[in-house]
Amino acid sequence: MNPLTPSKNDALVQSLGEVAVAAKPPRNLWADARVRFFRNKAAVISLVILSIIVLACVVGPWVLPYAFDAADWDAMSVAPSVTNAHYWGTDEAGRDLLVRCLVGGRISLMVGILATIASVTIGIAWGAIAGFMGGKVDAFMMRIVDMMYAIPYLLIAILLVTILGREFYLVVITITAFSWMDMARIVRGQTLSLRSREYVEAARSIGVSTTRIITSHIVPNLLGIVVIYTTVTVPGVILTESVLSFLGLGIQEPMTSWGVLISDGTKVMDVSPWILLFPGALLSITLYCFNFIGDGMRDALDPKDR
Amino acid sequence: MWSYTLRRCLATIPTLVAVISVCYFLLHATPGGPFDSDRQVSAAVLANLQAKYHLDLPLWQQYLLYLKSLLQGDLGASFRYADWTVNELVGKALPISLAIGGTSMALSLVIGVGVGIWAAIRQNSVADHVVMLVSNVGSAFPSFVIGPLLILVFAVGLGWLPAGGWNDFEVRFMVLPVALLTFINVSTIGRVMRGSLIEVMHSNFIRTARAKGLPERVVVLRHALKPALLPVVSTLGPLAISSITSALVTETVFSLPGIGKLIVNGAGNRDYTLVLGLVVLVTVLAVLMNLLVDLAYALLDPKIRY
Repeated sequence: MNPLTPSKNDALVQSLGEVAVAAKPPRNLWADARVRFFRNKAAVISLVILSIIVLACVVGPWVLPYAFDAADWDAMSVAPSVTNAHYWGTDEAGRDLLVRCLVGGRISLMVGILATIASVTIGIAWGAIAGFMGGKVDAFMMRIVDMMYAIPYLLIAILLVTILGREFYLVVITITAFSWMDMARIVRGQTLSLRSREYVEAARSIGVSTTRIITSHIVPNLLGIVVIYTTVTVPGVILTESVLSFLGLGIQEPMTSWGVLISDGTKVMDVSPWILLFPGALLSITLYCFNFIGDGMRDALDPKDR
Repeated sequence: MWSYTLRRCLATIPTLVAVISVCYFLLHATPGGPFDSDRQVSAAVLANLQAKYHLDLPLWQQYLLYLKSLLQGDLGASFRYADWTVNELVGKALPISLAIGGTSMALSLVIGVGVGIWAAIRQNSVADHVVMLVSNVGSAFPSFVIGPLLILVFAVGLGWLPAGGWNDFEVRFMVLPVALLTFINVSTIGRVMRGSLIEVMHSNFIRTARAKGLPERVVVLRHALKPALLPVVSTLGPLAISSITSALVTETVFSLPGIGKLIVNGAGNRDYTLVLGLVVLVTVLAVLMNLLVDLAYALLDPKIRY
């Protein structure tokens, strides 16, 4: 028998390593997730459609020949047509519906993004603090979350906009105030369970520094779930803004949003249904896309499904 | 059980007090009093008025007085409707909301559970996929898009039913609003029911029941149904909260003179006291509903011990 000499051992390890590399490239969580996400047809199609909608909202109003608040006196409540460049028709004041839908989309998406960023930040901070501190602090902070859950938030939102007014930023603040609890609960739960995981304890026992534990063990595991729930938060927030605006308590004229446009559309839907149908379809498609993307993200990032 | 019930009941008190306090102090943080107007009243008259309504007292005393009158069931007076107290307005509106909400809740439970079972035992069949698709539409599409579409089809297009309004509990006027609310709730209940029944059907005790040679009917209805219903019960709490949102939208879409319409109009008119009274009322109802659901869950789930 040939004993393994150090040099032979090294060679063996190296060749084994090469075999392993050849068989399976190193799996990185995010590269892995990306592959899985792009394998999900519904999510990819949704992503494409959503990108088109977002791009249209950003670029469209500059390119199209009409302003969102300019009345075309020769074309009031006209049905969609190509000849006069009112591709989606006009509303009862002669304003071009396509431009209005795109400008409304800017506002709706903007509220969605801003309120999501704000509520995700609050939720992560709240959940992480509660999870790390544990004990009485945790119990107290989570009681507040439970209380917020029991409150019919839309009513408080209505009370807030009644009292504070209906400025754009107030709508964002109001929505944020009632959208952070899901994230807080999830981050807390995750932090709590990560803290006592074996691999974290193992890392600690072999002397890995706390910063390194946080960056290489806690954050990657937290990030996945944060990304999933952020994609789920966006449509919820957009929907809340639309409900408020639909009820006449959100974004105010002359500014517009999808909720406002749908509300305007319902008033004249018996004579000019397109004023309802276009913004309604746009909002519904956007929400649907976000839901599919959220599902795709969950399937791609959920560590349980490895 | 009794100690759990008692603890759970006591736990709702802080929530209620917190909501009422936040609403009350928010309202009082706004500038302007009820007797501020363009027409100046003489100082002496103003002082008399303020003394009559206790506005001369320090805020905390006013707050205690408000809590006292709330405990006696008095929600205060309206700012805008001169001859009406909030209680009288509620007395007219609440039966309408309850009739619509109660009917649709009962229907949703029966239909939702039925559809859920039906889809679950045909998992991955065409029928199952159709049910899931429809339920996806119901939960992703906003109610204020589905509602007007119902009007467009059944009232404007086919002319079978009135487009909205209310005529002393006449059934014709209730069909579309109840259908809308039922559709939305069935999508949630049906999906939860389907998911949980599929899970239960994979358990060991179901395999045993089948091995005994029981017919599939008995296996599903007698053995699987009861444990599968538990997740449905636990969704009823959140569903009750979201039903309030749906009710606001439904009553606005179909112009029903219920609580939701009252709140939306009150908020539109900046009728602070009316909105405060209604928000407090509905929040209390919602919190109590959550409490009932929790207690029912504890009663039904043999795994919960006290």
